[in-house]
Amino acid sequence: MKHLLSAGDLSRDEALTVLDTAVRMDEALAGREVKKLPTLRGRTVVNLFFEDSTRTRISFELAAKRLSADVVTFSAKGSSVSKGESLKDTALTLEAMGADAVVCRHAMSGAPHRLAGWVRGSVLNAGDGTHEHPTQALLDAYTMRRRLGRVDGLRVAIVGDVLHSRVARSNVLLLHTLGAEVTLVAPPTLLPVGVAEWPAAVSYDLDATLPKADVVMMLRVQRERMGQAYFPSEREYSRRYGLDRHRMGLLPDDAIVMHPGPMNRGMEIAAEVADDPRRSTIVEQVSNGVSVRMAVLYLLLGGAQ
Amino acid sequence: MSRALLDAPDVARVVDRIAHQILEKTDGATDTVVLGIPTRGVPLARRLAARVHAFEGVEVPVGVLDVTLHRDDLRLRGVRALESTVEPPGGVEGKLVVLVDDVLYSGRTVRAALDALRDLGRPRAVQLAVLVDRGHRELPIRADYVGKNVPTSQAENVRVLLAETDGRDAVLLERQEVAAR
Repeated sequence: MKHLLSAGDLSRDEALTVLDTAVRMDEALAGREVKKLPTLRGRTVVNLFFEDSTRTRISFELAAKRLSADVVTFSAKGSSVSKGESLKDTALTLEAMGADAVVCRHAMSGAPHRLAGWVRGSVLNAGDGTHEHPTQALLDAYTMRRRLGRVDGLRVAIVGDVLHSRVARSNVLLLHTLGAEVTLVAPPTLLPVGVAEWPAAVSYDLDATLPKADVVMMLRVQRERMGQAYFPSEREYSRRYGLDRHRMGLLPDDAIVMHPGPMNRGMEIAAEVADDPRRSTIVEQVSNGVSVRMAVLYLLLGGAQ
Repeated sequence: MSRALLDAPDVARVVDRIAHQILEKTDGATDTVVLGIPTRGVPLARRLAARVHAFEGVEVPVGVLDVTLHRDDLRLRGVRALESTVEPPGGVEGKLVVLVDDVLYSGRTVRAALDALRDLGRPRAVQLAVLVDRGHRELPIRADYVGKNVPTSQAENVRVLLAETDGRDAVLLERQEVAAR
């Protein structure tokens, strides 16, 4: 593995290797006072964030630091990009500084792909436009495996703004590779063109899907990407596609509720569902994210280049 | 081209001898734990503990210490898979730890093991047991218990086979084009 650009590039074996390596990372740091391993000493990881992000940026930064890599974080705001520098020139600058890995978040789908052709180091896609977010899918699969013991054969409902969601796309690809059955649940206006080609079932009816789901993954309604009206009102969306306590009651007993964050409480997910100690994995997803990103960094940078 | 250095009965005898030496040098293996370094150090550590138990009835806790994340030579090869580290029951704090590996060569694995061990706690003392010492040390490290000293050239490769991982017990000396390790 040289880059991590799409969850679809991972074979089943590669995906399982990432998940197993993440378990080892977890074990290696569990209960330790000093959460640091010397593994990537001397490697440089550049976090290149052209789009706002809190958890992904911090998670990657923490993961790299726990493996003793040197981390440089670069936000587009207040950098040469706001002076009009092109992506390619930014990439060549990083190349000249000797980055071993570039973690890239960009508002344009495909930006990390272009970047991968310009730099010698590894490129990790940390979210590109409405395209993909592979480490999020890996940490979601890791969370399912930790909570439910497996991914193979799980029935996963991904609910909400699928159209704008890179999380949904990466999850569908990865979960399909790992043998889960995915159902996308959304109003027709929030499903992308060509969704019939995806390895997932589609439903418009959340209440009918919930009783047959082991995992329900709620997506954030991405208002910042919506130039037009996709549903009549927030209240109507929430009524039909929001997860409240009543709907949570329709789930099988050991089913879990996931959300990639940030949440719109009261919109796609009710506060009492998000905070449910038994079903909600939202906080776990964040801590699992660090272990999974450590695993990915180790697998990309830990050997001979 | 390969030549057998030890066959199955030899391996059993060597393990027995090291078990006796451990008992001798550690005052009857009191407050002693054995930590195997994956892959083949782990079954060796289990066998040593079993023999110590058979000879004197002492239970020696067994653990597994994966050193990969602490290696300083990761860049020389492709990515190595990680194994679980399993702390021995009762931990290592204040104990006499016997590290167990199959072959002692450059000493870099042992150096990494000492670093990895520090993350588990502070042992009273650390000793090293190996099935084969083939020389060519790159660090000031020596073993306390050695199954067999084998003078080798760097163009040769020592291969340890154990029933648990390879279906049979043997130690082979192989000639190869390029020394890789």
